[in-house]
Amino acid sequence: MGRVVLVTGVSHDFGSRFARLLSGVPGIDRVVGVDVVPPRGDLGKVSFTRADIRNPVIAKVIAGQDVDTVVHMSVRSSTGAGRSSAKEHNVIGTMQLLAACQKAPGLEKLVVKSSTAVYGSSSRDPAMFTEDMSAKRIPHSGYARDVLEVEGYVRGFARRRPDVAVTMLRAANLVGPTVESPLTQYFRLPVVPTPLGFDARLQFLHETDLLAALQHATLDGVHGSFNVAGPGVLMLSQAVRRLGRPTLPVPGFALNSLGGVLKQAGVRGLTPDLTAFLTYGRGVDTSRARDVLGFTPGFTTEAAFADLARSITPGLLPSPQQAAVALAGELGGDRA
Amino acid sequence: MPDAEVIPLGTRGRPGRGTGSAKPSAAARNLAGRTDKPERAKRPKPAEEPEAAAEQPVPPVDVPPQPTAEASAEPLARSDDQPEALRAESVREREPDTGIPVSDWINAATLAAREVFGDDWERRLAELLAFLRRRVTGEYAVDEYGFDREVTERFFLAMIRPLKEKWFRIEVRGAENIPAEGGALVVSNHSGTIPVDGLMTMVSVHDHTGRHLRPLGADLVFRLPVVGELARKGGATLACNEDATRMLSGGELVGVWPEGFKGIGKPYSERYKLQRFGRGGFVSAAIRTGVPIVPCSVVGAEEIYPLVGNMPALARLLGIPYIPVTPFFPLLGPLGMVPLPSKWLIEFGEPIRTDSYDEGAADDPMLVFNVTDQVRETIQQTLYTLLMQRRSVFY
Repeated sequence: MGRVVLVTGVSHDFGSRFARLLSGVPGIDRVVGVDVVPPRGDLGKVSFTRADIRNPVIAKVIAGQDVDTVVHMSVRSSTGAGRSSAKEHNVIGTMQLLAACQKAPGLEKLVVKSSTAVYGSSSRDPAMFTEDMSAKRIPHSGYARDVLEVEGYVRGFARRRPDVAVTMLRAANLVGPTVESPLTQYFRLPVVPTPLGFDARLQFLHETDLLAALQHATLDGVHGSFNVAGPGVLMLSQAVRRLGRPTLPVPGFALNSLGGVLKQAGVRGLTPDLTAFLTYGRGVDTSRARDVLGFTPGFTTEAAFADLARSITPGLLPSPQQAAVALAGELGGDRA
Repeated sequence: MPDAEVIPLGTRGRPGRGTGSAKPSAAARNLAGRTDKPERAKRPKPAEEPEAAAEQPVPPVDVPPQPTAEASAEPLARSDDQPEALRAESVREREPDTGIPVSDWINAATLAAREVFGDDWERRLAELLAFLRRRVTGEYAVDEYGFDREVTERFFLAMIRPLKEKWFRIEVRGAENIPAEGGALVVSNHSGTIPVDGLMTMVSVHDHTGRHLRPLGADLVFRLPVVGELARKGGATLACNEDATRMLSGGELVGVWPEGFKGIGKPYSERYKLQRFGRGGFVSAAIRTGVPIVPCSVVGAEEIYPLVGNMPALARLLGIPYIPVTPFFPLLGPLGMVPLPSKWLIEFGEPIRTDSYDEGAADDPMLVFNVTDQVRETIQQTLYTLLMQRRSVFY
C-alpha cells in the first residue's frame, strides 16, 4: 500500500507539473490534485478534484480519498487577480486546509511550500538568515505578509498535531525558463530600473530544484523548516549586466511610484515588496537543508540565473558570451 | 574590447550601389571609365601606399584608443582586403603622400603603453582589459556578504593607499601579531569624526599581511545609499552577533570598533579617552568561535578633523548621530573636508587567546565583561605609550 498525496494549487502550471512528476514516482499510489479551476494542460495519472481550499469541502476530499500526505503549494505571489483576492486565497485557503488536515486522523505528513520572503528585507538584516532567525522588519503588506501569516498557522497546526511531520520549505526567488513572477517580469524589462546607491545580494532557486526539493520532502521529509536556495549570491548590478540590459538607477522613493506607473502600463514588474528586496537583498543559509533534510540544489544561484538569461530575449547591450567571443577573437588574433 | 568595425555608409562619392558593398554596380563601373590599374602603377612610392590608405579613410581606428601594436596592425590587414582599385581611387582624391605612417603610430602607442604600464605592459594591459570585460559583463564572483575581492584590491585599496602612505604616513607596528590564517578579531579604538581610521586599518592590514580585514559596520552604514553599497563591496557586514560569529567561524579576519559613534563623534577635548566598549558582544562572538582577539591602537586619527562642536537639531532631523563642526567645517565648505595631515601610528598588540574558555563561557556576562575590560585597558595603555613616543602631531 503506497502513499496517497493531495496536492493543492494544480491549476497553476507549476503545481500541475509537480503533481504529474509525483504520480510517476514509485511508492506513491495516487495523487489527487485540488484547485478551484481545472488545470489547462493534461494531468496524466493525477486525479483532479475540483474543490476550493477556502471551503470546508476540502475536509471531505481528504477523508474520502484516504490522503496521508498533503503538499500545500498554492501560496503564490501573483494569482493574476487583485491583491485582496490573493490574500484571501493564500491565508484563508491555508487556514481551511489546515483545519481540514487537523480533522484527518490518517494524515502523516504535511509539506508546505513557503518562501524566504518571510525574512523580509531591510538594512538591519544579517548577511545570511538561518531558519531560527526572523524578519528584522516585519513585512506589513503583500506576499511577504501572507507568507508570514501562513507560516504562523502552519506552526500552530504542528503544535496541535505533533504526530504529523510538517516540512516547511522556504524557497528563494524562483527563476527558470517557465517561471512567471514579478521578479522575472522585472528582469524582462528592456531598461531595468535599479535602486540608486544600493546593490542587493540576491539568491535564486531554479524551478527544477524546487520540484526536486518538494519531491524529496514528500517522500522522506523530516519535521522542520528549511531554507532552499542555490549556493552563492549574485549582486543585482551583476545580474542585470549578465542579462546585457542597461540599468536606470532611480532613487528609492521614486522606485515605488515607478512601479505604479508601470502597473498602469500593464507591466507588473515592480511591486512594493519587490523594491525592498531589490534595495536591501537577502541571503539565506542553506546548511540545514543540506545536513538535516539531505537536499542540495542542482543549480547554483549563478547557474539558475544563467538559465533564466538564456530564456530571455537578449538586451540592448552585448551579452557576456558575445563580448567574450569578440575579445577572444581579438586577443587570439594578436597572438597569432 | 571588440575592435571598432568600420561600416561604410553611402558610397563616399565613388560609383557604387550605396549598400556599403565594395563592388560598384555594372552601370556605375561603366560610368566611371577605366582608369584604375595603370594610374596606380605610376605612383611614386608604391610600398608606402597601403599604409597611407589604411590610415586615411578610417583615422579613428588606429589612433590612441587602441594602444597595442597588434591591434592597430589588424585594421591595416583588413583594409588590404579591399579591392585595390577602389582604394587607389579614394587615396588619390585626398592628399596622397602626407600623414603619419602607421609604423610611427605603432611606435608611439607602444611607447605610451610602456610609459603607463611599465615594461611588461602587454601582460598588464591584457589584464586590465580582462578586468574591464568582467566588470561590464558581470562575470565576477562575490562572497555571501557581497565582498567583491577584485574591485577592492584593484580599486578601493589602490585609491586610499596614497592617503595612507603620503598623507598620513602611517607607521605600522606589531603586524606580526595578526595571525597569518584562520579567524581572528581585530579590536580597535575609533576616532576622527568620520571613520577614516577604519579604512586606514584595512589598507594597513592588507599591505602588511596580505589578508583582508572584514569590518563590522553600524546599521546606519547599510541604510545610507552609496555608502552601504561600497561598504558591502569592500567586505563589511552588519555589526550583529550572527554575522560576527559567522564570519569568524568562516576563518575571516574581522575588524570591530566597539566604541561606535560614541568614539568617532567625541569632542576633541576628549581625544584618546576610550569610550564604553559597547555591550561586549564582540567578545562573546570571539569566545564562541574560539578566535584570538588582536587589540589595535590607532594614534593620529583624532587630529584629522578636530571636533569642536555639533549640530544636534539638524542631525536629529536627518536621522544621523551628529553633524560635526570643526575649525574648518562648515566654515570653509568643501575645503574644510580635507583631513589635517597628522602623522599616524598603528600598533597591533599581542593576541588575547579565547580558546581556553569552556563551552558556556560566551553566555557568562561576568567573564565577557572582564575580557572586554582587558581588551579596553590594553588599547588604552598602548595609546598612552604611543602618545608619549610621538614627537609631534604632524611629523
